[in-house]
Amino acid sequence: MKSYLNYWLRMIRCAIVGPPIFYIWNSLLTFLFLTGVVAYIYQFQNGLIVTNLTDQVSWGAYIANFTFLVGVAAAAVLLVFPTYVLHRDDVKDVVLLGELMAFTAITMCLMFILVDLGRPDRFTHVMPVLGRLNFPRSVLAWDVVVLNGYLFLNLHVPGYLLYMTYKGQKPNKWLYIPFVFVSIAWAVSIHTVTAFLYSGLGGRPYWNTAILAPRFLVSAFAGGPAILIIVFTLVTLFTKLKVRPQVFDMLKKIAMVFLPINMFLFGSEIYKEFYTDSVHTESMRYLFFGSHGHAMLQPYIWASIVMSFAAMAIFYIPKLRQNSKMLIFACVLAVLGIWIEKGMGLIIPGFIPTPLGDMVEYTPSVVEFFVCLGIWSFGALLFTILAKVAVAIQVGELRENS
Amino acid sequence: MDNTDKEKINQWSERVSQRVDKILDQSVERRGFLKGLLGTVGGAAAASTAAGAIASEVLPESDFSWEKFFQEHYKVMTAEDKEKVFARIETETKRKYGVDVKVRDPQALDGVKFAYGLNLSKCNGSRMCVYACMKENNQSRDPQIQYIKVIEMDIGTLNLEKGDMYYEGESVPKAGKYYLPVQCHQCDNPPCAKVCPVEATWKEKDGIVVIDYDWCIGCRYCMAACPYEARRFNFSAPKVPKEEVNPDQGYLSNRMRPKGVVEKCHFCLHRTREGKNPACMEACPTGARKFGNILDPKSEVSMILKTKRVFVLKEELNTIPSFFYYFD
Repeated sequence: MKSYLNYWLRMIRCAIVGPPIFYIWNSLLTFLFLTGVVAYIYQFQNGLIVTNLTDQVSWGAYIANFTFLVGVAAAAVLLVFPTYVLHRDDVKDVVLLGELMAFTAITMCLMFILVDLGRPDRFTHVMPVLGRLNFPRSVLAWDVVVLNGYLFLNLHVPGYLLYMTYKGQKPNKWLYIPFVFVSIAWAVSIHTVTAFLYSGLGGRPYWNTAILAPRFLVSAFAGGPAILIIVFTLVTLFTKLKVRPQVFDMLKKIAMVFLPINMFLFGSEIYKEFYTDSVHTESMRYLFFGSHGHAMLQPYIWASIVMSFAAMAIFYIPKLRQNSKMLIFACVLAVLGIWIEKGMGLIIPGFIPTPLGDMVEYTPSVVEFFVCLGIWSFGALLFTILAKVAVAIQVGELRENS
Repeated sequence: MDNTDKEKINQWSERVSQRVDKILDQSVERRGFLKGLLGTVGGAAAASTAAGAIASEVLPESDFSWEKFFQEHYKVMTAEDKEKVFARIETETKRKYGVDVKVRDPQALDGVKFAYGLNLSKCNGSRMCVYACMKENNQSRDPQIQYIKVIEMDIGTLNLEKGDMYYEGESVPKAGKYYLPVQCHQCDNPPCAKVCPVEATWKEKDGIVVIDYDWCIGCRYCMAACPYEARRFNFSAPKVPKEEVNPDQGYLSNRMRPKGVVEKCHFCLHRTREGKNPACMEACPTGARKFGNILDPKSEVSMILKTKRVFVLKEELNTIPSFFYYFD
């Protein structure tokens, strides 16, 4: 009892005490998070009328960010698989950070869902006993199950391993290895189920495509390494954990494989739509070229395509990818490209035109912007703290006997 | 971490763990246990009151109550529960709108399955149905919610994307146009009910797809799923002028809706389940709307289905609508 309390107290202390740059960074994030809270209270009081959502475009920035972050969470499998299946020791150093990132991403996903609800006060309706989950008919009910399951898996495994490291004990294999293998399959399931949310709707031809789930997974494995490279560069820069070059090499290779596959799948979609040239092509025509005098999403999608190709070019030219600054630049481009393509390129055009042919455009309102920024800041803050504590335990600064 | 810090933390956790041990020990003693229990209950009560106060502070209409928070799904509620809930809604409506209303719960009848036929040869695009519906069903006037959308189409096409649902002008019908009203099709294979994560919307045995407005969480997945754009969301608290409130209300149909939930056409079930016609049909100046029981072979809708050229919208989606169109 005492030693466990001690463990928590020391972790909390480690999480809130740090060098000046740590305070500056955390204060900034806390401030941005609080602006998000204020924006959300405003939305909560007035209703979703303060967003730019309409009956026609009924999902927007919140659901787009949610979808993207499910991919970020799924990307943790890129570290879990090499560590536990291929037994790579170099990746083992960072696998806990990957799992904590997945935990953070899922937490953010749940926050994005909560802020999107018209009745957040009725969240108990999706819970067992208190609620009435429409399982297995509703894919959204499946999403509730898989996301919460993944949240638990990514809390349990790193939590247990960190505690054992802290105690200086050898972890009991049976208490975490089974969960690790479940989490590998589970990572695939979260993004598949999230894609099925959209692809299962016959009334939305733009989403009603079988390659949506593969596209989601591939984009997660293309954008995931990019995010991990950025995060690990920062970890190496600011903490005592020095991520080994082999890890970066592995992530670069994964990105080099999946970035082109991602573009290929997107290209297949584009071909199918435009060559068929049916009435259902209207969403994509609107997205790329505008339609009936509406063209709000045009700059987004072209920017996304340019970013993705630029990122690919940097990854594929050895001289450029070996330059660490260029590499980071490429990673930022890849992440932004995929983020825009998921949100403005996938979620929004699904609603335009509407099933009855109405054209209503959408771009996030100021309130939506600040709520999104708030959740992103919260995520960054949460991950900073989790990573700081995890690194302190891993490098041996924080141990029971230290 | 330096040693003094470590010591402090050590001391602190020692104190906490001693306290916890003490509480655990005390609870073995009966008196202590009771005392503790009283303390806990008192604390919980105080906490829930405080939480309630905060909640009613944040909710502008002081809408929150624990009773509502724990209200059960329509299908689970007992007759007594329902009575209480209906009474509560009546009181709330009185408070918010200053109108005495009666909330009822007409049930689906055996041997009845409703169908709606719309004669495209007759509809003249007057939109009388749209406004009659709004009046009957207490839709919000600001922002305005309408269940029926009338699309002005060029003669010779059924491509909805070429239609115009915002048409205006001096008079209807306009030359070269025909009018296609769309509302909830009460599908037999409803995508909206399938996707709802909390079963807040379902199909009743008389074919009407209903919504429990007190159960809906406002995720709007049903709106994404509906191929007929039939569902509307209460983006803000609905506003209806006092004198325009229809006091004859059904729990699953036209009673006042809360903010943040989805609503749609329900074939005026509080009327039709009691033998009346839907408000849109009564308002139609051309007789383009026909409503009835499809299980009765002598009903008008049954006759139309047998004798007219009939079609449904987006038949390829296999939603099996109870709402069909026909020509003379």
